[in-house]
Amino acid sequence: MNTLEQDLEKLVYERPDTLVETTTHYCPGCTHGVAHRLIAEVIEEMGLRDRTIGVASVGCSVFAYNYFDFDFVQAPHGRAPAMATGVKRTLPDRVVLTYQGDGDLASIGMGEIVHAAARGENITVVFLNNANYGMTGGQMAPTTLPGQKTSTSPSGRDVETAGFPIRASELLSTLDGASYVVRRSLHDPKSIRLAKKALRTAFEVQIRGLGFSMVELLSICPTNWGMTPVDSLHWLESNMLPYYPVGDYKINPIVAEIKI
Amino acid sequence: MARELLKGNVAIAEAAIRAGLTSYFGYPITPQTELLEYLSARMPEEGRAFVQAESELGAINMVYGAACTGARVMTSSSSPGISLMLEGLSYIAGTEVPMVLVDVMRGGPGLGNIAPAQSDYNQIVHGGGHGDYHVIALAPANVQEAIDMTVLAFDLAEKYRSIAVVLIDGSLGQMMEPAELPPFKPLATQFPEWAVRGAEGGRERRFLSSIYLSPPEEEKANLRMLRRWKDVEANEIRYKEYFMEDAKYVVTGFGSSGRVALSAVRAARAEGIPVGLLRPITVSPFPYKVYEELSKKVDGMLVVEMNTGQMLEDVLKAAQGRTPVEFYGRVGGIVPLPDEILTEIHRLVEEKPAVGGHPRDRWMDRMIKMN
Repeated sequence: MNTLEQDLEKLVYERPDTLVETTTHYCPGCTHGVAHRLIAEVIEEMGLRDRTIGVASVGCSVFAYNYFDFDFVQAPHGRAPAMATGVKRTLPDRVVLTYQGDGDLASIGMGEIVHAAARGENITVVFLNNANYGMTGGQMAPTTLPGQKTSTSPSGRDVETAGFPIRASELLSTLDGASYVVRRSLHDPKSIRLAKKALRTAFEVQIRGLGFSMVELLSICPTNWGMTPVDSLHWLESNMLPYYPVGDYKINPIVAEIKI
Repeated sequence: MARELLKGNVAIAEAAIRAGLTSYFGYPITPQTELLEYLSARMPEEGRAFVQAESELGAINMVYGAACTGARVMTSSSSPGISLMLEGLSYIAGTEVPMVLVDVMRGGPGLGNIAPAQSDYNQIVHGGGHGDYHVIALAPANVQEAIDMTVLAFDLAEKYRSIAVVLIDGSLGQMMEPAELPPFKPLATQFPEWAVRGAEGGRERRFLSSIYLSPPEEEKANLRMLRRWKDVEANEIRYKEYFMEDAKYVVTGFGSSGRVALSAVRAARAEGIPVGLLRPITVSPFPYKVYEELSKKVDGMLVVEMNTGQMLEDVLKAAQGRTPVEFYGRVGGIVPLPDEILTEIHRLVEEKPAVGGHPRDRWMDRMIKMN
């Protein structure tokens, strides 16, 4: 390396220390990696590594604990908000987050998430919505769009027999215990930057003891959707965004004063 | 500390607080609810965690999370609620974290009723949740024992990174008796090396999970748990004997059944019948060896339960046909009376039943005639 090259070399992007250097088990193009990185960056920037406890769920992110360099526990399917409640009530000064998919949170774990939010449980929920069950091979989820083909809705989701998708953020926003409930998307760089800002706010809400916070992240599942990653991003934009608009669904007035 | 009049459920709750209970999570269900109610007031008084969960599923998973911090944690429920908790119990067992569960059994199956029963012996002792695991189960027969065994349950759970169950029936939960509470233990300030409490001081991260995707790793975990269970079997078997020195016949039952049977045994002794009582305290691990040795020297055993003969199978396994075994049970929420058991003792002594056949079949024949 000559002097000229050294002068030109400026590090602008690196792996946060809170993200473990390891091989990913996620599929190529999957946005779990993006979400993981955002969380790791926020935890690092806020200096929370030593007092954060994550709660992994069941689904593709069952191995989330492999990627974060802080303490983790692993919940049964859907029960992460209950488990997080147990951790947080026992150790109130720790920062507790759950990382859950849409099958986990909006189907089998609907009871746990609703009541955690209703209690104003002072935890942060990161909710990945990719409109299908990823880990078991792309079955219909509570978030699968009307007409969307999955391995258990092979002709497309028929709302006459399979009902309608659940908009979890809108639903939880009706609860008084929820302080910060927003939806963001991971389909392009601008959205990703906004997603990171929302995660930062969510953790600020928890640190200030303001109650339940959740960031829903619209995500892609190229493998089970049967599309290339790029096509998946376009599909998210043109199909998921209209049904699941990004936006702030619940902002406690005190939260609105937080400046990031 | 002086003796005071205490209700079983309340006594267990206060004993748990004194044993250092840090976090409690529960859900209302009769005949256990006083435990939840009492702790809803007492835990905040002590500055400790109490949450009334949205369901038993919620409660057991809150316990799971809290147990992962290495703190002393507990939940309580009754039969249908325990069924809902089995998922979490399996995960807790698989993660090898300690917890205490109080099961105040009622009549079943299904919604059943709210009267006392022992029909969940198999659920607790022989299984429940999925996977290969064991729980320590203590069966007190009076309020004082319920207090003492609650304290013991926390110690055993921690010592063996295990689930410890205080297994009682609705009558003991609801009954008031004079009993003495234990002194206050200070809350723990040191936590085990596995506890997930945040990687303070830049220590290496920890994680707790019940997942072992690689079968050899899962096999290793199963064997580790089994080795620990073997230690429990070797060190923690507990039982009580009454009038056993010269007993030719033995009545046996756990919890309330054993307690009622003691009255019958006393009455039989007054008649000159050489009968004793063996009451297992640990129904898991079950005192097989004790029954095995007894079966070599007594002329007959009578198993009394408030179910259709669940512990009976364990006694038969230990007795191996060496001595006649008879069974008497009341089910559906009915508590047997001492006179009924005394009649069964007479039958055992006078009829000298054969070793063959199944005692449950003979009991059923008698029950059908009765009804």
